[in-house]
Amino acid sequence: MIAALALCLAAVQRPAQPVLVWGGDAEGGAPFVEADPADPSRVRGFDVEVAERIARGLGGDRRAQFLQVQWSNIDQSVERGDFTLGLSGVEDTPARRARHAVTLPYFEFREVLAVRPADTAGIHGLADLRGRRVATLGSTIAYDLLMQARDSTGVLPISYDDDVHPYGDLVSGRVDAVLLDHIIAQRALRRRGGSGFVILDQPVAIGHYVGVLAHSNAILRDSIDAVLREAMHDGSLEQIFRRWNVWDDTQRTFFERVLQTSERAGGVASTTPVQALAYLPSLARAAVVTLLVSILSMALAVVVGLALASGRVYGSTLVRVGTTIYIEIIRGTPLLLQLFVIYYGLAGVVRLPAFLAAVLALGLNYAAYEAEIYRGALEAVPRIQLEAARTLGLSELQILRLVRGPQALRYALAPMTNDFVALLKDSALVSVITVVELTKETAIYATNVGSWVVPGALCAVVYLAMSLPLSRLARRLERRWKTP
Amino acid sequence: MSALLVIDRLRVRYDTRDVLRALSLEVARGELVALMGPSGVGKTTALRAIAALQPFAEGQIVVDGFALAPGPVPPESRLVVLRRRVGLVFQAHALFEHLTALDNVTLAMRYVLGKRRPEAEAVATKLLSELDVGTRAGAWPRQLSGGEAQRVSIARALACDPALLLMDEPTAALDPARRTALGATLRRLCEQGRGLLVSTHDAEFARAHADRVVSLSPS
Repeated sequence: MIAALALCLAAVQRPAQPVLVWGGDAEGGAPFVEADPADPSRVRGFDVEVAERIARGLGGDRRAQFLQVQWSNIDQSVERGDFTLGLSGVEDTPARRARHAVTLPYFEFREVLAVRPADTAGIHGLADLRGRRVATLGSTIAYDLLMQARDSTGVLPISYDDDVHPYGDLVSGRVDAVLLDHIIAQRALRRRGGSGFVILDQPVAIGHYVGVLAHSNAILRDSIDAVLREAMHDGSLEQIFRRWNVWDDTQRTFFERVLQTSERAGGVASTTPVQALAYLPSLARAAVVTLLVSILSMALAVVVGLALASGRVYGSTLVRVGTTIYIEIIRGTPLLLQLFVIYYGLAGVVRLPAFLAAVLALGLNYAAYEAEIYRGALEAVPRIQLEAARTLGLSELQILRLVRGPQALRYALAPMTNDFVALLKDSALVSVITVVELTKETAIYATNVGSWVVPGALCAVVYLAMSLPLSRLARRLERRWKTP
Repeated sequence: MSALLVIDRLRVRYDTRDVLRALSLEVARGELVALMGPSGVGKTTALRAIAALQPFAEGQIVVDGFALAPGPVPPESRLVVLRRRVGLVFQAHALFEHLTALDNVTLAMRYVLGKRRPEAEAVATKLLSELDVGTRAGAWPRQLSGGEAQRVSIARALACDPALLLMDEPTAALDPARRTALGATLRRLCEQGRGLLVSTHDAEFARAHADRVVSLSPS
């Protein structure tokens, strides 16, 4: 045992081959980064090969080592020092350039619109999508484009957490168009066998992929830029892109442009207070969404919870077994899973709007917890109180309404308030089914300004502003109902 | 005197143990009967059986012509007649904690008899005054002393004007002066034509106020 430990230690201490630790999101999939189907512990994709090319180019027998990180967190993680280089379809934006050390752009992509075949005659650009739902990935250039288009032409931006579901929802009619990078659009079309939707030729905008390093890492960034230039020169970058079927003539002219100018593309901009203020209306809107989702879900949870609790306390054996099964299944499985099942899983049977699906999933989930609170509260009412009511000649229903219910409500009030505050926060989960609520909007805000400090503090204040009055109200009710 | 309550060879079992075996008694209108015996002899069980809160194994209970048979307690929908004829005052009073004294008394009048609130409150106020707790109408149960709670509880049981009033150990928490006052109150209820069956282990109270004493001995 000790010998084995010593061996392990020796292995750790042996001078290792130098590595370039790079971060990317394998959930983004091919052709960027995906788990290798032949060996899921390894990753493959053009970004993987670009990272390997960079590592080789940096010399010293360096190899690239991949670290999985959520795509939207790449900037924060690289700044924290989790890895040296972020590389996973990372977009070149002014905000990113202002906050971090950004490499030369190494790939040019087109933001393209995808629409259903029947709509190709009427839709040629964002201007034709007034009042229509247009999906994209949150926290991207495409999302910013849609937000601008919302204000100028009135499209309805729908934000997704992934780049697969937007196309599924386009085909099923939940959204009317998808705006994303042409690589992603082409991949989605290939997966659907080339049918279901059409990619419009005319790009909405042009963007570039870059590598991102910590702000303090500008020297290494310059070295990486040199490697990238070399790779553009010697054709190794072209080979990588060709292998992954993403090479076209626009890349050739783009490479030439990059090599001609020593300057990096894209202007330098910083987040001014004006830009930060611009998010406040969006945050306010998102807070309203959070509040609406929470209130409606809680109302549903209370009604269904009461029915379930009555079933458990008063129902026949069959009803009791049925309600118990419901409660145990709902409490025993993740809310996130339930959200997916209701929104995506049921899509074949009934295509619920995202907001309704969110309220249903949250409401039905919390109903199980409410039911247990109400059952406990009903059973906590002393039996003698119920017997006294019976001797007076009240019917079972009257006893529930006039004696047992009002007394149980007092027992239930504190845990109910607790649950509502919890629900207020759990409502953040519904962003996975495209409902942009407070936390999601904050994440978008934070990504765009490149910091969590101000957005996080603002978000916390808004949540507190919603939950604290609730606790106060509950305490006041408890005091009022508490007979001396 | 016609019998208001007739109990014939009542037998109540808990699991395999007989709590009551062959109890027979009658209570006439205007009569106060004391059910005597040491603790645990089944006095409370007998009252609960008469109030249809407790199933019994054998025998019969007839209240003013309404008969209860052995077996499980019938659903409330089949006990409407019995509920109107029998009132029960629990030893622990069991006032509804979320209602004031007045609302405890008006509840059944409003929701069982269908009286309107002002009418029910007028009757309740009169009842509470007669029982010397008129000034406590607005108090919550927890604000009442033991004696006050008992009298509010009597008022609640009398609200629907039952012919038979059952009381479980009413003297248990009363001092001698209060016991005498309670005796006078119960006597007055008898004079109104009601039958009273009062369980007690207080021999002195039974001797002083009851018309008849039925003794239960451990089985």
